[in-house]
Amino acid sequence: MPQTEVRPPKTQILQGISAKALRVDRGGRAIVRGVDFEMRAGEALLVLGRNGAGKSTLLRALAGFLSLREGEVRLNGGAAEATLAEQAHYVGHADGLKAALTALDNLEFWARMLKGAAGAGLSPEGALEKVGLARVGDFPVAYLSAGQKRRVALARLFVAPRPIWLLDEPATALDVGSQAKFAEAMAAHRAGGGFILAATHAPLGLVDAKELRLDAVRPREAGDAA
Amino acid sequence: MLKYANPTNFLALAARLIPWLAGAAALALAVGLYLTFFVAPDDYQQGASVKIMYLHVPAAWLGMMCYMVMTSAALGTLVWRHPLADAAQKAAAPLGAAFTLVCLVTGSLWGKPMWGTWWVWDARLTSVLVLFLIYLGLIGLWQTIEEPAQAARAAAILTLVGVVNIPIIKFSVDWWNTLHQSASVFRLGGPAIAPSMLWPLLIMALGFTLLFFTLHLMAIRNEILSRRLRRLSITAAAAEDPEVAGEVFS
Amino acid sequence: MSSPLAALFGRELRIARSVGGGGAMGVVFFLILVSLTPFAIGPDLNLLSRIGPAILWIAALLSTLLGLDRLFQADADDGSLDLFIMSSTPLELVVLTKCAAHWTLTALPLIAAAPLLGLTLGMEPAALAGVAASLLAGTPALTLLGAIGAGLTAGLRRGGLLMAVLILPLTTPILIFGVASASAASGGTVPFHTPFLILCGLSLMAVAGAPFAAAAALRAREA
Repeated sequence: MPQTEVRPPKTQILQGISAKALRVDRGGRAIVRGVDFEMRAGEALLVLGRNGAGKSTLLRALAGFLSLREGEVRLNGGAAEATLAEQAHYVGHADGLKAALTALDNLEFWARMLKGAAGAGLSPEGALEKVGLARVGDFPVAYLSAGQKRRVALARLFVAPRPIWLLDEPATALDVGSQAKFAEAMAAHRAGGGFILAATHAPLGLVDAKELRLDAVRPREAGDAA
Repeated sequence: MLKYANPTNFLALAARLIPWLAGAAALALAVGLYLTFFVAPDDYQQGASVKIMYLHVPAAWLGMMCYMVMTSAALGTLVWRHPLADAAQKAAAPLGAAFTLVCLVTGSLWGKPMWGTWWVWDARLTSVLVLFLIYLGLIGLWQTIEEPAQAARAAAILTLVGVVNIPIIKFSVDWWNTLHQSASVFRLGGPAIAPSMLWPLLIMALGFTLLFFTLHLMAIRNEILSRRLRRLSITAAAAEDPEVAGEVFS
Repeated sequence: MSSPLAALFGRELRIARSVGGGGAMGVVFFLILVSLTPFAIGPDLNLLSRIGPAILWIAALLSTLLGLDRLFQADADDGSLDLFIMSSTPLELVVLTKCAAHWTLTALPLIAAAPLLGLTLGMEPAALAGVAASLLAGTPALTLLGAIGAGLTAGLRRGGLLMAVLILPLTTPILIFGVASASAASGGTVPFHTPFLILCGLSLMAVAGAPFAAAAALRAREA
């Protein structure tokens, strides 16, 4: 398999990610091609590009759902034997919540399922408080609005600490106040040495973020779909 | 009467009625069981096993009556779209399933000594089994559709379709010559059963009916309350969070 | 069982309890399949009791498999499946745990109901015990094979029947040895343990192999 993750001898703390010449295919066509980026702890990378440029595909490949056709991702440091996906959180279009269970049950479950080498994070209650939903913890997720569900999904980032956040349009359905709160949380994550890779059209309030323009990397004919 | 169609008034009425109905049901069942075991004679052919009849026959009646109650409620749902009718429908299905199951099980226990087999695939037994399956299907439908009003309409349609089974059950023993005996109480020309057995049977039937109405009222009450809880929870979840209170719930 | 898997098992049971229906519907479907047979072949109890084990096994096979097509569907739809892939718990163990939960919720009630239904088919006590034992030994293999089909069709919009078409042919050995051991329990020339041990072996093979196939199928959803 061409997907390789070569890691030099390392400390427990993830210090850098470098990706070289990434290519991801979907349906036999190259959706992402020739992507390079370097990140150090505390940095944020905004993945930009028009619809269909391959932003989601790139993030899904990094999260391990798709395999890399070419190229490699090197991790500098980080938990021994852990792949990038195992040290990353992914927030995509789907919230990963069960409508029949309460918000707390959902978070409790993901805390145990995604618990990594980075140790324990906030309690589910604490994480809900952080996203401003402390009092709806006992309601089934089915009763929550789209924005509230998204915030429960974001609370997952805090119950199981992982250094890399892969965010695909994380601010969808969030109101202005929640967006500001989330921007704070992202800043705190970076200050603690975390990595943020975000595909977005909306401004996320990330300061000094690097930009990765997928259009510029690979010109594509009009009408290509992701 | 219409006054009690308001759920709040209904709850008040139910709270007053339930203790009386429950007491009456307990009394009727106690008297009925006493008569069954100590007064009613053994059958000259069947011996003491005839006493199963005092459970079996009322359970069968109630299994069918419950379906008719559910059918009327289904009409209420479809014609008037009344939430109380929805609740009455939903509350009746598990009760009907339970009475039908009692009927099937007691029938099976009775069949073993009488016919030498736990079960035969004759018209009466099979159509009661189909009734049981329809109840189970309805319960499944109620559990699967989350939106209560939508579930009620779907269940009402299925209930009305399933009602064709009721006359089949009632007349199966007359239309087809089967192992199951013919009706001996409700028939043209008066009951064909000795009064010493008829009275305990009727009192047991009364007890079962009162029990059904008690449980039905309680279940309707629970359904109304759980819907209120659901509605309040949704409102509370939105109010928790003023900025999104106007959003559409998905 | 390590904590993430225990959490997953608990979550599956809790979802089933609060949604309701899921497991119980399988048993009702089983009940309906069994009670339809006498309509089709007539109410002759001698005949029914002779073919009873076969009826019960075919009904168990169909109700297990038809209930399985949703095994990974909800998780694929709401994004949970993606997060399972990112967990440090191997996806194979996730699959195995989900199968164990599904088996507990659907197959166990079915096994409990089978002897009662056997009574309506006029089966002897020994045959009833044989059917229950053979279902207990054989249904894990059915669930696990079904999980492969569920993995292959997760994310397809119309996977239901396709999954049955894919998996039913693979279930023939289980059906053969399941019915054989159920029939052997009530007499015949073969001792009960011969087909029964083969059936147990098939289930163990399924436990060892099917999670890998199902997990591979789930990973191959996006390519």
